[in-house]
Amino acid sequence: MSTVALTDTHHGAAIRDWAGAAPKRIVTGYGFWIFILSDMIMFSAFFATYAVLLGQTAGGPSGRELFDLRNVAIETGFLLASSFTCGLASIAADTRSTIWFQLAMAVTCALGLGFLAIEGNEFASLVARGAGPTRSAFLSAFFTLVGCHGLHVSAGILWLLTMMAQVFAKGFRADIQRRILCFALFWHALDIIWIAVFTVVYLIGSAI
Amino acid sequence: MLGKLTWDAIPLEQPIPMIASGVVALTILAILGWVVIKGHLPYLWREWITSVDHKRIGVMYTLLAMVMLLRGFADAIMMRMQQSVAFHSQGFLPPEHYDQIFSAHGTIMIFFVAMPFMIGLMNFVVPLQLGVRDVAFPTLNSVGFWLTATGALLVNISLVIGEFARNGWLPYPPLSELAYSPGVGVDYYLWSLEISGAGTLVAGINLVTTVLKVRTKGMNYLRMPMFCWTTLATNLLIVAAFPILTATFAMLLLDRYLGFHFFTNEAGGNVMMFVNLIWAWGHPEVYILVLPAFGIFSEVISTFSGKPLFGYRSMVAATMAICILSFMVWLHHFFTMGAGADVNAIFGIATMIIAVPTGVKVFNWLFTMYGGRVRFQTPLLWSIGFMVTFIIGGMTGVLLAVPPADFVLHNSLFLVAHFHNVIIGGVLFGAFAGYTYWFPKAFGFKLHEGLGRAAFWCWLIGFYVAFMPLYVLGLLGMTRRMQHYDVAQWRPWLIVAACGATLIMCGIAFQIAQLVVSIRQRAQLRDETGDPWDGRSLEWATTSPPPAFNFAFLPEVTGEDAFWQFKKRAAEQPGAEEMPEYRDIEIPRNSATGFVCAFFATVMGFALIWHIWWMVAVGAIGAFATFVVFAWRDHDEDTVPADEVARIDGSSRAQRHAILSREAAE
Repeated sequence: MSTVALTDTHHGAAIRDWAGAAPKRIVTGYGFWIFILSDMIMFSAFFATYAVLLGQTAGGPSGRELFDLRNVAIETGFLLASSFTCGLASIAADTRSTIWFQLAMAVTCALGLGFLAIEGNEFASLVARGAGPTRSAFLSAFFTLVGCHGLHVSAGILWLLTMMAQVFAKGFRADIQRRILCFALFWHALDIIWIAVFTVVYLIGSAI
Repeated sequence: MLGKLTWDAIPLEQPIPMIASGVVALTILAILGWVVIKGHLPYLWREWITSVDHKRIGVMYTLLAMVMLLRGFADAIMMRMQQSVAFHSQGFLPPEHYDQIFSAHGTIMIFFVAMPFMIGLMNFVVPLQLGVRDVAFPTLNSVGFWLTATGALLVNISLVIGEFARNGWLPYPPLSELAYSPGVGVDYYLWSLEISGAGTLVAGINLVTTVLKVRTKGMNYLRMPMFCWTTLATNLLIVAAFPILTATFAMLLLDRYLGFHFFTNEAGGNVMMFVNLIWAWGHPEVYILVLPAFGIFSEVISTFSGKPLFGYRSMVAATMAICILSFMVWLHHFFTMGAGADVNAIFGIATMIIAVPTGVKVFNWLFTMYGGRVRFQTPLLWSIGFMVTFIIGGMTGVLLAVPPADFVLHNSLFLVAHFHNVIIGGVLFGAFAGYTYWFPKAFGFKLHEGLGRAAFWCWLIGFYVAFMPLYVLGLLGMTRRMQHYDVAQWRPWLIVAACGATLIMCGIAFQIAQLVVSIRQRAQLRDETGDPWDGRSLEWATTSPPPAFNFAFLPEVTGEDAFWQFKKRAAEQPGAEEMPEYRDIEIPRNSATGFVCAFFATVMGFALIWHIWWMVAVGAIGAFATFVVFAWRDHDEDTVPADEVARIDGSSRAQRHAILSREAAE
């Protein structure tokens, strides 16, 4: 049975008829992409707010005085490396190699935790210096935007551990493979958002 | 232990909320008692609460909307009564209570009446119209519904425990900041909408994916019924707009809970940023509400005129144009911000441009009726009532889009009249048209026609009597949300408006009577063919109510108005219907995930409102654990065996053939 039927061939250009509902893997991945887009819109609201409030330091410290770009570069390194190992986990899942999958996921988790540790450290030192989120509108926006990304990474790690446990308990079942696909999309999307955070929050922010 | 919650939270000294909530609590207890004593609880749990069937979930959404309509209308009529007596007097509602009522009225009507009504109809109808067995993500669908119900529950809890917001249906800072609203009212508002907003987002993702990826064979984009197109546009708007709402409310919550400075007067906060962000969601929101209604009218007008929709492709283009333009006009909600003449002019013109695709739609509906065999049944009456009313509302909208006029009319009752004109005339009439139109599909019998007409006329006339005076009052300078006033000129108009609200109450009474009478007379009103209105799209191709799997064989579509073509072909070549072999059908398995998850969301929301931190942790851990348990299950589908499909489908086919041959003999 052919999956694509062609009609209206008399008029030269054939119109391709819709072949029926897409397979589950496509539907799930597609739906998750839509979720990621909506999540990015949520981030864009926080980005817009940050851009508006960037100069509103209320006499407090500005980005130039606070941001340590070397620290942020290390954070970025951790996150990008974790995206690479997450890609390795996806390949391992495709080839159904449990050991490589678990190993790659464990490294991804470690890199993610490393990222969170550096971020937590940065936040703690800012608060200790009297530059907490309640100091000024600029710092409120900074902590919220970067913290929202950090919360996403934390949720991602929770999800990652759940997926490791699922593969350990159930193996590479079709529904678990779909979840691994979604998890990978999520983790890579956090990287994309981080690139924007790096540029807008830290690079542009430390110019003011 | 219990955070801010003490016995003082229960407003024992205020008779109105205590009596109202007492009645509601007694009603709920009576219904629960009846359900338990009659032994219906297992049935409800199995067939409804844990159901992941899009039809059941659609019905529950609609039911939630209709119940909440009663609550929202009770608020409305109290406001109209208050204003008709509060001339040089305090009336019967003290200011702090009156302020909660208008805030609750707007919040409930938008988020818990209009939204669930439309999402319910889309949920019920769209998979049937697309000729498929379910939405893309059935369990998530159930999660989305129950989260919406959680939001509605929290809003109603605020009636008895604590208070509701007093700052209108959108909590503009700085009034909504902790310094000026120290009570829990704003927190009730924010958490219930954060939770139900998450539910709405889930529903939006689900329906976008369904329309784009889950259609039956041959259902090309330009063969989809109009309602599917407006569903697509609406849900794209939900996916693009609701995250902004979530982010904005999150910022206000951070201000209130942790002392951040997004929207405060101090430390560099910017109140106008809240207003910009909230309307970047809020304007698309009005199209989220009205686009599905446009789809319903398209279906109803085409069916009851016996003609294909006039200008189908222009209708598609108009829908998608509105979808995009709706994101480019948010500033017209606050021309008085002081952005300058150039910015205001651009947004004013962009607003007027939206009237163009809307006008295209109105002409298409008129030309669909022109030359048709028009049957004036209740769904069509709602549609015609809509066209007349909506055009008036649209014209006052274009008037408000002119910045100088807006400076005069801003925040007056003219504005209140305008948006009720488009929301009642557009969204609510659309919801009622869809409810009457698809009711027989959902339950297998039609609604009583006479009582439906009576309800329609009461609503239509009541609407004009209630809201036309508000235009006049706006021009006389009366601002919105006044608890009392001392301008003698206003009073007669406010009394007329109160009479209009009473007429609308009669309309609602007729609708309740219609439902009761129709259930009692269901034998006479039974729809045996599955096609009570001589319909054109695929939902009428299956039985009423449809089996759990919707279609025994997935239909194959070859053109627009798919079911109309099937009927035409069957009439031309009787008996040529080919019968493929019955196969096993996989249907998604019921799951309590949605209900349990919403239970924990309710616990968490309530705990957050009252600062009961240990309970917040319980709710969060419970919700996560629910998802893990769901992820661990081994069977996510049930199988309906082929001979069971054959039995169900065979008997309904035999019934339909018998009716058709009886009709042919007559």
